[in-house]
Amino acid sequence: MSLLRLDALNKAFGNLVVTKNVDLAVNEGELHALIGPNGAGKTSLVHQIAGQLQPSSGRVLLRERDITNERPEVRCQLGIGRTFQKNNLFRALSVRENVRIALQAKRGGWFECLRSTASDRALLAEVDEVLAQVRLTERLDRPVASLSYGEQRQLEIALALASKPAVLLLDEPTSGMSPAETDGMMDLVRSLPRNLGILMIEHDMNVVFSLAHTITVLYYGEVLASGAPAAIRDNPQVRSVYLGLGR
Amino acid sequence: MLELDNVHAYYGQSHVLHGVSMAVDKGEVVSLLGRNGAGKTTTVLTIMGYLAPDPGTIVYAGANLKGLPPFALARRGFGFVPQERGIFPSLTVEENLTVAARTRAGHWTLGRAYALFPRLEERRGNLGFQLSGGEQQMLAIARALMLNPDVILLDEPSEGLAPLIVEEIVGVLRTLKSEGLAVLLIEQNLRVALDLADRHYVMSKGTVCYTGTTIELEHNERVLREYLSV
Repeated sequence: MSLLRLDALNKAFGNLVVTKNVDLAVNEGELHALIGPNGAGKTSLVHQIAGQLQPSSGRVLLRERDITNERPEVRCQLGIGRTFQKNNLFRALSVRENVRIALQAKRGGWFECLRSTASDRALLAEVDEVLAQVRLTERLDRPVASLSYGEQRQLEIALALASKPAVLLLDEPTSGMSPAETDGMMDLVRSLPRNLGILMIEHDMNVVFSLAHTITVLYYGEVLASGAPAAIRDNPQVRSVYLGLGR
Repeated sequence: MLELDNVHAYYGQSHVLHGVSMAVDKGEVVSLLGRNGAGKTTTVLTIMGYLAPDPGTIVYAGANLKGLPPFALARRGFGFVPQERGIFPSLTVEENLTVAARTRAGHWTLGRAYALFPRLEERRGNLGFQLSGGEQQMLAIARALMLNPDVILLDEPSEGLAPLIVEEIVGVLRTLKSEGLAVLLIEQNLRVALDLADRHYVMSKGTVCYTGTTIELEHNERVLREYLSV
């Protein structure tokens, strides 16, 4: 059974078709990369999985349960975590506070607002645990705005992990990173829990070919090719529309 | 052509640039390298008039630019591709391209911009907010070219772009250079920077800590390791 499965998904904005009959599956422990030219519909597909966009037709299935009509916050509770292409963080709050909010949101419960979290040792320990997973261990009480860009990208992943996802959607995790930060991010992704299913959009082919088990190429909203990295690398169509010849 | 001399700059109380000096000539591509937070974007924002040098001077074609707002710099021929792209969300692709264009015969036109980025022509009637991240990046570059600039400042133009498009942009910047433009390029993709630029300024902690040609930089293991983590 696939962790995540897309079944004949379609989405159009007026005349513009962004998703065309897409079938795709992500299994437990699989890192599935989504590549394709700019505007091919990669982020739109992630929006439909996480619920920010509603498909025109087709189904999104999490462990074969149909979640197509669920709202984004419900999908998050059910096990879909995501990061964004541009960081979505609480910039004025500290690193720990950012993660704490995400953990509290996962826990739910209205009574949470009645007690001080400062006394909730289990919660605070959990915050540091999540931060350790993304390799943020120092200066955790600083405001997010003072973090380097690479650290902010790490925190973005921490917020997604705090919801204890079964499926993690990463939208260009290394975008804007220096070569050293990119190496760090690759190590981080490799060290994520083995049972996660990961769907990752990425333009850095070194990252894609080092990490991915499966690669799906989108072109004008459609799946142009899908398969093992070696097969994708040698696919002449993929080379001509996306990879180019040189790099 | 463009020269910065001992430029300091502040965000409020926070002293960010500590005496930056550099020069970019006509027909030259110069890269600005360094880790995140080193002051690269701030340097470009200060050149573009978003921050005032305090103290320090920025001279372009013999004239002091101090106190000029960004639009005045655009009129003087400065094209700018900001890191956050700055696409007008409620204008169409075509309106974004033409709203501030400076037309000059035989140079950048709508036709040439669309030839460079066919994807933008396909989406010419779509609004800015409907574009994908990569499409916005293409639009920001094309919009700067439509100014027919003499100087172009690019803050990470390859970010978020597909490999094939990155190759095309490298080709375009090469053409611009041969046409006599001055290009200042901030780029995390070191391969692109080394491929394109004649000279490099490496920044650390708000100041220039190394200057050299591509060959010099490629052979300077200390700078590559310490400041660029290569």
